[in-house]
Amino acid sequence: MKLPIYMDNHATTPLDPRVLDVMLPYLREDFGNASSRNHVFGWKAEAAVKKARQQVAELIGATDQEIVFTSGATESDNLAIKGVVEYYKTKGDHIITLKTEHKAILDTCKRLERVRQERLDELKLLRLGQLAGRDVSPEEVAELAAKHDLENDETYEKWAEMPTGGARVTYLDVEKDGRVNLEKLEEAMTPKTVLVSIMFVNNEIGVVQPIAEIGALCRKKGILFHCDAVQGIGKVPFDVEAMKVDLASITSHKMYGPKGIGALYVRRKPRVRIAPIIDGGGHERGMRSGTLNVAAIVGFGHAAQLAREELADEAARILRLREKLRKGLTDALDMTIINGSMEHRLPGNLNISFAHAEGESLMMGIKDVAVSSGSACTSASLEPSYVLRALGVDEELAHSSIRFGLGRFTTEEEVDYVVQLVVDKVRKLRDMSPLYEMAKEGIDLKSIEWTAH
Amino acid sequence: MAYSDKVIDHYENPRNVGTMDKEDPNVGTGLVGAPACGDVMRLQLKISDDGLIEDARFKTFGCGSAIASSSLVTEWVKGKTVDQAMTISNKDVARELALPPVKIHCSVLAEDAIKAAIEDFKKKRAARKAQAS
Repeated sequence: MKLPIYMDNHATTPLDPRVLDVMLPYLREDFGNASSRNHVFGWKAEAAVKKARQQVAELIGATDQEIVFTSGATESDNLAIKGVVEYYKTKGDHIITLKTEHKAILDTCKRLERVRQERLDELKLLRLGQLAGRDVSPEEVAELAAKHDLENDETYEKWAEMPTGGARVTYLDVEKDGRVNLEKLEEAMTPKTVLVSIMFVNNEIGVVQPIAEIGALCRKKGILFHCDAVQGIGKVPFDVEAMKVDLASITSHKMYGPKGIGALYVRRKPRVRIAPIIDGGGHERGMRSGTLNVAAIVGFGHAAQLAREELADEAARILRLREKLRKGLTDALDMTIINGSMEHRLPGNLNISFAHAEGESLMMGIKDVAVSSGSACTSASLEPSYVLRALGVDEELAHSSIRFGLGRFTTEEEVDYVVQLVVDKVRKLRDMSPLYEMAKEGIDLKSIEWTAH
Repeated sequence: MAYSDKVIDHYENPRNVGTMDKEDPNVGTGLVGAPACGDVMRLQLKISDDGLIEDARFKTFGCGSAIASSSLVTEWVKGKTVDQAMTISNKDVARELALPPVKIHCSVLAEDAIKAAIEDFKKKRAARKAQAS
């Protein structure tokens, strides 16, 4: 067995050697531009891209015309959300998403909220100027708004209802197990809702959302449904028809393909329209301009094909290893808590809190194993994970959590090694932990007045 | 994050881990930090009647820097007088361990732990005196 051991497959997956083999010719002799229509170099590249597009489409039950290649899932998420908001701005401007979504979704939504707010501020300034009969500076707004009641001003109200280019966003809570509550989702929908964006599989806790139910609900209400599907595609079945998904973000490097290439699935029937966020040569049917990264696309396509062919066997094997890891850790250690639903969970994910042993120092103790801390302790904020907090996980436990991500190349021997190592280190840290000692003595840690700092 | 060799050494071979009798009149206990913030440090000092720190023990829940900071101060305070120990500052700890800026907080916690332990000892002694008189 080789050290270090990689158990962070949610962050990225290694490139499958079979994928690299099919990519290499497109980095060497077949280097053509897929848009070059007048010679064999271009034709070869175009054919290779066509095949890859087919392979990616087949993995998710789509047609090749519905696949738009992007630089990765972050771009796909941005394109889906900003593209829908821009294109449908006369229809409505409300988005619904979850508090546990990836930052690529949450930060995009926050930007759209800012855009809307800035536009409203401008309108307010303009209307107050009209009412005051002179130019108004931003500093005067509060004072003048008190005098002129804009809340009941018909003209301002009409203006504020006009498209702003931004959006209003509802960030829904999740249940304790990390899943969306469908009733709450339906309650949040308004006539102005144009988009629901909910991820397939959560990147931290591996929880699988009820995508088909969400899709059916959105279809019934005439609302577009975008799904950030990167963590689940290729690992658990995903079908855009059965699940009624309108837009889906996919990335290659989470399914043993190369980095820097992803795709956005954009439904054709019924047709979904998006405004591009990158303009240029009109590649990808105008939705994403830019010369195609042929070698990466070829790799992505082959990775998708392998994922489709091997999904069932691989999921079963990884699940068995994950269960071995879970059992090994929880049998040997008391006071462990699994975060997120066990039932609706990615086979390769284990997000676990070892109470009273701090996550970052545990990772330091198992430096030969690449995992990820549930707590973002290395960031300047020292804040624990917002995903775990959204689940209502106690902050101390959020600081004590580790995310294990098993994948295609994880071996049984590695799992055995990791169990032994983690058990030893958790015990060592707990021997050093005043909290563990107090808990063992039966002291309620919540009863202590801690010094805030 | 890359840690200094000193942090790694203290993390892997922590000095003076343990628990002293809280009820012992010569033991001062300082418990600082909060579980919600991800670090709790408990420092215990055994102090002679004339104010000499004879022994020190710690237990810490926290990152590698927090463990190293507490381990280091147990070494530093031993053999010092209470007044000398009070002069140990977080800057000394941060410098010795070459803590990255985001971890300066751990050294502050170590300084606070020393002060809290000494304060606890002084309180105990004052209570004892009040009882005797």
